[in-house]
Amino acid sequence: MADVTLTIDGQPVTVPAGTTLLKAAAQLGTAIPTICYHEHCTANGLCRMCVVEVEGQRLLQPACLVPAAEGLRVQTRSERVARSRRTIGEMLAASVDLSQAPELQAQLADYGADPERFPEAERRARPVIDDNPMYVRDYAKCILCWRCVQVCAEDAQYTFALSFDGRGYNTQIGTFFEKPLPETACVFCGQCVGVCPTNALKPKREWLLEQGQTPDEIMAQTRSGRRRKRG
Amino acid sequence: MSVPATLDLTLLRPILDQYAPQGRAGLLPALHAAQAIYSYIAEPVAEAIGRALNVPLADVHGVIDFYALFYRAPVGRTVVRVCTDPACWTRGGETVLAEACRLAGCAEGETSADGALTVERSPCLGLCNTGPAVNLTFNEPAPARSQSFGHVTPDNLEDVLAGRGEPPEDYIGGDLCIVTSLCGRNRRMSLTEYHAVGGMQALRRVLGLTGGPRLAPLEVVDLVNRATLVGRGGAAFPTGVKWDGAAKAPNRPKYFVINADESEPGTFKDRVLIENDPCRIIEGAIIGAYAIGANRAYFYIRGEYPRAIERVLAALAECRRAGYLGENILGSGYDLEFEVRAGAGAYICGEETALFESIEGKRGFPRIKPPFPATHGLFGQPTAINNVETLAKIPYIITHGPTAFHQFGTERSTGPKLFCVSGDVARPGLYEVPFGVTIRHMLDDLAGGVIGGELGAILFGGASGAFADARHLEVKLSFEDMRAAGLPLGSGAIMVFNATRDRREVLRRLGRFFAHESCGKCYPCQLGTQRQHEVLERLADGRALAGDRARLQDVGWTMTDASLCGLGQTAASAVLSAMRLWPDLFPA
Repeated sequence: MADVTLTIDGQPVTVPAGTTLLKAAAQLGTAIPTICYHEHCTANGLCRMCVVEVEGQRLLQPACLVPAAEGLRVQTRSERVARSRRTIGEMLAASVDLSQAPELQAQLADYGADPERFPEAERRARPVIDDNPMYVRDYAKCILCWRCVQVCAEDAQYTFALSFDGRGYNTQIGTFFEKPLPETACVFCGQCVGVCPTNALKPKREWLLEQGQTPDEIMAQTRSGRRRKRG
Repeated sequence: MSVPATLDLTLLRPILDQYAPQGRAGLLPALHAAQAIYSYIAEPVAEAIGRALNVPLADVHGVIDFYALFYRAPVGRTVVRVCTDPACWTRGGETVLAEACRLAGCAEGETSADGALTVERSPCLGLCNTGPAVNLTFNEPAPARSQSFGHVTPDNLEDVLAGRGEPPEDYIGGDLCIVTSLCGRNRRMSLTEYHAVGGMQALRRVLGLTGGPRLAPLEVVDLVNRATLVGRGGAAFPTGVKWDGAAKAPNRPKYFVINADESEPGTFKDRVLIENDPCRIIEGAIIGAYAIGANRAYFYIRGEYPRAIERVLAALAECRRAGYLGENILGSGYDLEFEVRAGAGAYICGEETALFESIEGKRGFPRIKPPFPATHGLFGQPTAINNVETLAKIPYIITHGPTAFHQFGTERSTGPKLFCVSGDVARPGLYEVPFGVTIRHMLDDLAGGVIGGELGAILFGGASGAFADARHLEVKLSFEDMRAAGLPLGSGAIMVFNATRDRREVLRRLGRFFAHESCGKCYPCQLGTQRQHEVLERLADGRALAGDRARLQDVGWTMTDASLCGLGQTAASAVLSAMRLWPDLFPA
């Protein structure tokens, strides 16, 4: 494809046409923050953390999706951009438990986001779902990046065990009629756990260690579990 | 509860046989049909539908959960939905909801102990001119049927719940009588009656059956372009440009979609048009489909409009018998099939790409644009999608020509326009006027003036619109004049509030509406509508916190600037406009 030259934060950069603004900026060493974006998943432009200001556009544009074009003039950290990123971070911190998402915390700090900005906010507090021997689902930590749903479906596994409960703010990742995972199409491939950015999906062993169990205790449970199954 | 003693799955068989050939695209109709039998969608029913239509079970679950009118758990024998959005609120919607809860002996969102009644607070039902409005689903006897009622009061609620309510009657007025010429008789005008006023002559002309030559598709597009018709759904995009793009897109098949998912609070014009004069809309749509080269059209009507759905189906049957639909229309060699689709309770599906997703059997998530519908629309194919009122203008433009169309309105806002006036006015109703009349003319001369006090506030364009007040009365209702005054024309909704109304209470209702209707896809809207709702609740309750004004600003501008679709981009529009007009309402 032909190359195009655009300007990002005043610096010219030449990239193949079709390259996203996110990648074009990276070529200049300019990091644009992202949350939902994953190199190996379909970009959906959900988190809007990567929005940038493109001259001539009324609205901020998601850098993960918008392709570079000849003569584009892009600002990656204008005042409007910074306000959106800071506010998204603040609203997220008021909704879910980000304690095990250090990268996200660093982004929030970078934009001066105050995690206490929204007092009295209804949080998405949900009990941990421990329904299988492989991993737990702690949706109080879920930021709805959709990666687990995507890798379970067309982005990787074609298993289609996961979808959504509810809508809007009250959305949660869920299974068919909230069935425990072993009763769904889930094949325990583990891809969802691998792409989860906040530890909402966590290997069972890691979770049991956090609960204070020793490796020996965990091993013992595993053995008795196996014996039960054989017996 | 109306739980069937045993879930007789054999009743499902005809539904599965009917919709299985459509695959996933048959999901919403299949769920509607199943729920009509069982009153809710139990797990084995959902499973059978998923297997028959070849839809992953998790996705069936996700779709049921997305739409407010689908239930996964048993509901009452009657489900009552009471509108408490701003227009119905001014008429006492809250007292009706309270009475419904009292009669049922349960809280909103719950079912009475005897299983007779499920009570819900509903977003706008599109009956703002006849509020307070309720929508009822009678689950027994099966199959369930839905019906809406206007002018409901705590006193007549019991009669209404027994099905003895007043079917809403619409007041139609204005300075013009072009697209509303057959409206206002409070019944569906038949095809014969439409013929009597020259109906279907435009289609005959296009097909070369009125003596002149047949118009090529691009000649039709050209007429619409020259009329400078812009979309009446709110976005005001040039209709001819849409049609041109879809007409010239190389891929086949193409689709034509009628967007009758009217759900913007304060808006009811499309309901009135399709309930009273559906043949006009069908004629406009046939011409549009011909212009872009589509052989299949979808008429997507919101699920809360049962009477509109019934009447469109009846009108389509008449049109089919008369040869206007199906194969070889009027001997022209042009084929067009229509399918009516019912929405299932999701404001977001009025967004065109979310509507496509809904027809495709998915959650109503809006898509990333570009690509645009003209090339990648329904089922990824070239598609034109138009609002009902927009299509109502097409027969006039074809029959009388662009010049005649230009005689109405201003130089830059052409044609007749419908306005939905509701709230504190003497005559809430649908008004057809030329663009360019003043707001004062609309309120005082047409709607009979403000009642119950002085004018306090006017909300233009519905929940996603902006506020005005007495300072704006001389502003003309045209795109250019409204834009200069910083006001949106939107879908033509005008909600009026007298000075005794607490504007913070109106804002609370707008905030709740958006928090309820956000699809949850992008973060600014998913999180922002909830945070905005929380702050507006505090504000209306008189317990605002220090810093709430700044919170509303940051949340509002973040949604406006960074949201993925028009819902989020306008979810703070009214709030931000109120902050500009009345800063004193918002403690720092």
